[in-house]
Amino acid sequence: MKIGVPKELFEGEARVALTPDSAKQLQKLGYDCLIETGAGALAGFADKDYNDAGVEVVKTAAALWKAADIVAKVRQPNEAELKRLTKGKTLISFFNPAANDAGMEAAKSKGANVIAMEMVPRISRAQKMDALSSMANIAGYRAVIEASNNFGRFFTGQITAAGKVPPAKVLVVGAGVAGLAAIGTSTSLGAITYAFDVRPEVAEQVESMGAEFVYLDFEEEQADGAATGGYASVSSPEFREAQLAKFRELAPEVDIVITTALIPNREAPELWTEDMVSAMKPGSVIVDLAAEKGGNCKLTVMDEKIVTENGVTIIGYTDFPSRMAAQASTLYATNIRHMMTDLTPEKDGQINHDMEDDVIRGATVTYAGEITFPPPPPKIAAIAAKPKEAVKELTPEEKRAEEVAAFKKQTKNQVTLLAVGGALLLAVGLVAPASFMQHFIVFVLSVFIGFQVIWGVAHSLHTPLMAVTNAISSIIILGALMQIGSGSFLVILLAALSVFMAGINIFGGFLVTRRMLAMFQKS
Amino acid sequence: MEFGFTTAAYVVAAVLFILSLGGLSGQESAKRAVWYGIVGMALAVFATLVGPGAGLWFLSLLLIAAGGAIGYVVATRVQMTEMPQLVAAMHSLVGLAAVFVGLIAHIELGRVLGMDHATRETLDGFAGLLAHKSAVEINILRVELFLGVFIGAVTFTGSVVAYGKLAGKLSSNASKLPGGHMLNAGAAALSLICLIWYFNTGGFFPLFIMTLAALFIGYHLIMGIGGADMPVVVSMLNSYSGWAAAAIGFSLGNDLLIVVGALVGSSGAILSYIMCKAMNRSFVSVILGGFGGTTGPAMEVEGEQVAIDADGVATALNEADSVIIVPGYGMAVAQAQAAVSELTNKLRGKGKNVRFAIHPVAGRLPGHMNVLLAEAKVPYDIVMEMDEINEDFPETDVVIVIGSNDIVNPAAQEDPNSPIAGMPVLEVWKAKQVFVSKRGQGTGYSGIENPLFYKENTRMFYGDAKDSVNALLPKID
Repeated sequence: MKIGVPKELFEGEARVALTPDSAKQLQKLGYDCLIETGAGALAGFADKDYNDAGVEVVKTAAALWKAADIVAKVRQPNEAELKRLTKGKTLISFFNPAANDAGMEAAKSKGANVIAMEMVPRISRAQKMDALSSMANIAGYRAVIEASNNFGRFFTGQITAAGKVPPAKVLVVGAGVAGLAAIGTSTSLGAITYAFDVRPEVAEQVESMGAEFVYLDFEEEQADGAATGGYASVSSPEFREAQLAKFRELAPEVDIVITTALIPNREAPELWTEDMVSAMKPGSVIVDLAAEKGGNCKLTVMDEKIVTENGVTIIGYTDFPSRMAAQASTLYATNIRHMMTDLTPEKDGQINHDMEDDVIRGATVTYAGEITFPPPPPKIAAIAAKPKEAVKELTPEEKRAEEVAAFKKQTKNQVTLLAVGGALLLAVGLVAPASFMQHFIVFVLSVFIGFQVIWGVAHSLHTPLMAVTNAISSIIILGALMQIGSGSFLVILLAALSVFMAGINIFGGFLVTRRMLAMFQKS
Repeated sequence: MEFGFTTAAYVVAAVLFILSLGGLSGQESAKRAVWYGIVGMALAVFATLVGPGAGLWFLSLLLIAAGGAIGYVVATRVQMTEMPQLVAAMHSLVGLAAVFVGLIAHIELGRVLGMDHATRETLDGFAGLLAHKSAVEINILRVELFLGVFIGAVTFTGSVVAYGKLAGKLSSNASKLPGGHMLNAGAAALSLICLIWYFNTGGFFPLFIMTLAALFIGYHLIMGIGGADMPVVVSMLNSYSGWAAAAIGFSLGNDLLIVVGALVGSSGAILSYIMCKAMNRSFVSVILGGFGGTTGPAMEVEGEQVAIDADGVATALNEADSVIIVPGYGMAVAQAQAAVSELTNKLRGKGKNVRFAIHPVAGRLPGHMNVLLAEAKVPYDIVMEMDEINEDFPETDVVIVIGSNDIVNPAAQEDPNSPIAGMPVLEVWKAKQVFVSKRGQGTGYSGIENPLFYKENTRMFYGDAKDSVNALLPKID
């Protein structure tokens, strides 16, 4: 089958869904790759690079859509593109199905199968094709770079001959993939970075990236992020108030604010209010990554950079990944390639659209003339492990009581054992003759010594121990030696056999032990 | 030679034997300790040969030499991976010898009792010893030799079966005859009846019946125990061979036999106890075979097994600072220890911290893995016990699990319904990355699903352990 990648039509979009590298991998799966001429130009991939990788370069979009069985692209397809779908064609792209009923209807009426990249479920198996995450990662990085570009100072603190430079303070709101990437970039540039998220369980991740987690003085059972597929959910009004109060406190201090808070299928929550903006120092920068969904700051203008009256720059770009087209294309093309790998279990260049598979089912929005959005919840639910039940700390008194109880129990056990053992011995002594009792003492003492000695044997020497005890248990040879000279032929025969077998054992046992022990060497 | 000399020699020998076992507390002192054992044994045999009661010493020496030659050949040729079956085979010899010695004692007893008083006075040697016993002593003697024969016979067939299972000549599955443990109980009851019968009549017939019953018990008991429980079985048989020797020692009135028998018996008992504890199972449940009953459905295992190739493992190893290798029986089967050792050397040569984590029941014999690694020249100071190393897993970059399964199964801690719930396990899943070298998908000996294989930080490195590790070697640079 043929995979075709057209040039993106959306204005300013520089990304492309196929790179020469990913094309080579797709060819290994058995697919032929096509690309529209100039599709990769803005991302830095020339037609020649594709040609060299064995990709057929097609002159027009129309010809490409006609020839390809599978079309992969980045942006949500426009009407003209949707018209080019035919029955049985598969389209893999961002599709925004939640707000694109018209698009789904169009695809359905054409009988095409559409896989929406943003619908890939958030389970560990599907991470490799999670384009939202890979794009968010780039957006987070780029947000810091844009902020730095519009910020008149260093990020890192310096003491130079020309004076002291304080480090910039960065606040990242929302520690999802983009937030974490922003934290990482910001700390590596040297800024003092704070981060906030409504999900307290991400505090550990935030701290591992080198930022400081902003805690609220607020007690509320937050819905477990794992229950909502790893995304944040809507918080209560009280919680929101506490959160805004905290931000108000931070606003005069911070130089750069990067907001990334999004709730799936909702308007972005307002987190950075106008009074906070006016409290900020002139020259400060706000990067609002939620601009596409209305922005976390109400002053944000989508796709634009504005400067407020008090000199705060607010950046509302929505095309951060496209601004790093080479990197974004590489990652997106890899996501597509992984999606194709899952669609091609046999590696034979034929799509097997398995609607039983959680990942494929979740991402498919139209299939065989049906709209299959929204998908049923995935069969595999958990992302994060259940929180551990806290082990109850024992008070010193309880501990002490426990120790005393354990000691008492031990004493009781030991005394009982001794009493029973002693009584049994005495009972035996009452009936048994003196000669037996003499041997019996030897026996009991030997068992006792045995127990004491063997506990000291190193774990690693248990096999040699078995070999040695084996060898010395052939002490039974003494019995045979004592008997061999006495009595009939039968006795001699049996005794001789015993001596013979014990002989094997003695030599075999000791020699093999020596062999083993000689092997144990110190480094 | 005088009786006093023999006794003195026995005392010295007994002390030497105790020192020999005590010396096994450390690798260095152990090398000396073996010599104590050898000297002790030589002294004991010599003292018995020259002491009262022995005869035909030329024949005896000849037989010892012949047996010794065979023992020498076996000991020098045996592969270290075959250690478990060798130990089992040797136990069977001790068991059989104990049966023979017991039978002789019975025959002699019958002969001596048949004589009149005057002839009895003229007897010397073993018969002479018997002749001077009072009626009560003779009764006790009967009980002792009966016990000796019983334990010896159980040890004999049990060890033969264990040998067969360990050497792969018998299926290692647990199999029982119809009737199961009732047959064992029946045979044991029969033996008890024979004991009373024999005690009263002194005839050969009950002894014979009991021997057959005991042979059956040994066979059937061990047949019913699965391969994974073999460490317990072998140490239990070790213990039995000691108790058999002690029982015979009682009937012959030989203190050295009693001492050594008791030492060996308690040693085996402790080993069995340690093994059982390591599997969190009671001794009885191991001996009665099969895993303890489950209390509910096992936890659902989520996720999938993700495979990885040698390149991926090699990259992770090259990047890692600390590596822990967890070997199991699979390493012994694939004879991979030399390759593992070479891998260890290479990694250590690059300044990485490489260690081994040994679970007490890894392999088919207590301490089996240690011996294999020692054979492959892995220094023993990087081979750690479970308790020493279990806390280090969270700080470890890479864990390689080679041919072990149940001993790294997180279900033991996470799933209260698992058959191995509560068993102490190596917590490998806490490491940053885990590679499992395994021949294919599927469960281990115990047939329990292992959630480790489905964890996010686990990658399955399928293939024969030896080939897999050898494939890694050229990629480590």
